[in-house]
Amino acid sequence: MSETISERPHVDRRMQEPVPRARSRSTRTPLGWWRNPWRKPRILATFTWGYLAWSLLPVLIAIAISFNAGRSNSVWQGFSFQWWWGHPKFDPSGALFVSPELRAALIQSLRLSFLTMFIAVPLGVAFAIGISRWRGPAPAGANFLMLFSFVIPEIIIGISMFLFFTYLLKVVHLGTGAQLLSLVTYQVSYPVIIVRARLLSIGKEYEEAATDLGASPTQAIRRVLLPLLYPAILVSFALVFADTIDDFITVRYLSAGANTEPLSVKIYNFSRGSLTPGINAAATFLLLSTLVIALIGVFLYRRITSGQRGQTHEMADYLT
Amino acid sequence: MVVLFALPFYVVVSIAFGTVDPVFRSPLPVYQPWFWTSKYLLDEWTFITGQFRPVELRTLVYVVLATAVCLVIAYAVAYYVARFGGKRKGLFLTLLIAPFFISYLMRMLSWVELLQPNGYVNSVLAFFHITPHPINWLAGVPFTVVIGLVYGYIPYMILPLYGFLDRIDQSQVEAGRDLGASPFWTFVRVTLPLSKPAILASLVIVTLPMFGDYYTNNLLSGSPKTTMFGNLLDNSMEATGQGPEAAILVLFLVVFLMIPMLYYMRETAKAQRRQ
Repeated sequence: MSETISERPHVDRRMQEPVPRARSRSTRTPLGWWRNPWRKPRILATFTWGYLAWSLLPVLIAIAISFNAGRSNSVWQGFSFQWWWGHPKFDPSGALFVSPELRAALIQSLRLSFLTMFIAVPLGVAFAIGISRWRGPAPAGANFLMLFSFVIPEIIIGISMFLFFTYLLKVVHLGTGAQLLSLVTYQVSYPVIIVRARLLSIGKEYEEAATDLGASPTQAIRRVLLPLLYPAILVSFALVFADTIDDFITVRYLSAGANTEPLSVKIYNFSRGSLTPGINAAATFLLLSTLVIALIGVFLYRRITSGQRGQTHEMADYLT
Repeated sequence: MVVLFALPFYVVVSIAFGTVDPVFRSPLPVYQPWFWTSKYLLDEWTFITGQFRPVELRTLVYVVLATAVCLVIAYAVAYYVARFGGKRKGLFLTLLIAPFFISYLMRMLSWVELLQPNGYVNSVLAFFHITPHPINWLAGVPFTVVIGLVYGYIPYMILPLYGFLDRIDQSQVEAGRDLGASPFWTFVRVTLPLSKPAILASLVIVTLPMFGDYYTNNLLSGSPKTTMFGNLLDNSMEATGQGPEAAILVLFLVVFLMIPMLYYMRETAKAQRRQ
């Protein structure tokens, strides 16, 4: 035994390079970065930033074009406000705040969205609280209805509402009344879904504690439950407004002629035919109004939950 | 709510099963179920299956393609933000939520302008000498329509996926890695099976509305070469005296969409019972 060992040739390892590591495990080679199981996700990061650019850059370009100084809606020709406030030197017929057609549409847009917002959200909150109290199969049914109205194509709602108001409920004429009724019907599911999610996460304990301490059921709801629900209610307000002012499907079928068409429908109609930067200005205006409502929401939210959690995360929690 | 939701639908059913005024072609809804006739319904059915078959097939192909592309992009983005977002998570989320507050019309409008024959997409392609002459993207190119659908609906897919992936317990993923799985196999064996319910939910949210989409198509193509089922519905509304046709088409679409919806409800109920 000892002989066989001593027969091995003597190698002075002190003079040699250190034994190279197995090639496939090395992270120094060009391909090694790929082989490193703990590498940074550079491909995914590039992909995500690429996606974000793809999703938001076109919109920024469209906003910029609303300030275009020429008639073209695809090529930049200089900066001007002529498509917003008009310009003495140019034909003002396409400018957002000058053209009577666009201005009437703008007012109709704002009227519909504010009315819908202030009807649908309180109604939805009441529904949500009501559904959470019910026992038996009713909540499941209501849940299904809300979810279904959320995912079915809006054109189905538009057409059925149109047929409903023209053949059965003829009391309500096409126009603002019919538009409002169907918008509320459709939009009410936002606050219901959001508030119900919040109610589930709050649980019953707060309310029970309030009633144990001597509050009547209405008092418990008004003084304990509603303040806890404020964030959810604010998010619903912002979402309902954003979705209503952008809606052009239901509202288009239910508008009685050109004078009750809101801005969104005008944009849709013009987009298929004669596009001018004035239409971009109209779309930018819708975006800005939504942004203002969202900012008011964020501001109020900060006031209510001063110094709690980051609001973006919470917003995302509601949306998901 | 129930009145405003169920009653209109009842009218649709009544018109679909009702008769048609022979002179004006205006529908005479029949509200009593025992007088319902299926004569017009059957007529329409044979009409649809005969003449419109390519349209339905095309709708299905477009929707499946667009949903698949959506899912791949949305999953990658949601996964990256949920797992590697780190300090930038707030920024990422704001940018991901932004499309919700930007009107769908605005987002489509911007593409209509970019894709004009003299628009910026063609200028970029010309700059890199990819195409010799400008492509008319808006003249009924199926590619434009599918990508338009992807662009329009993908935000609705990213957020639910993100919400779920963010809640996945990281220790499970780490366990997979510690047991020697490569990142790829950890993803396939651990993360993907865990996120199945979220994938299902986001598919329902995105796919169902796509079946009734006519505006993306109208804005980005408007050519009969790319007509989808939603366009049939819209066209039947724009022509006068087409009430019954619209009602019947709506009925078909609702019945068709009930199938994935009920499947989804059953799956979620099953998953809840398992927990």
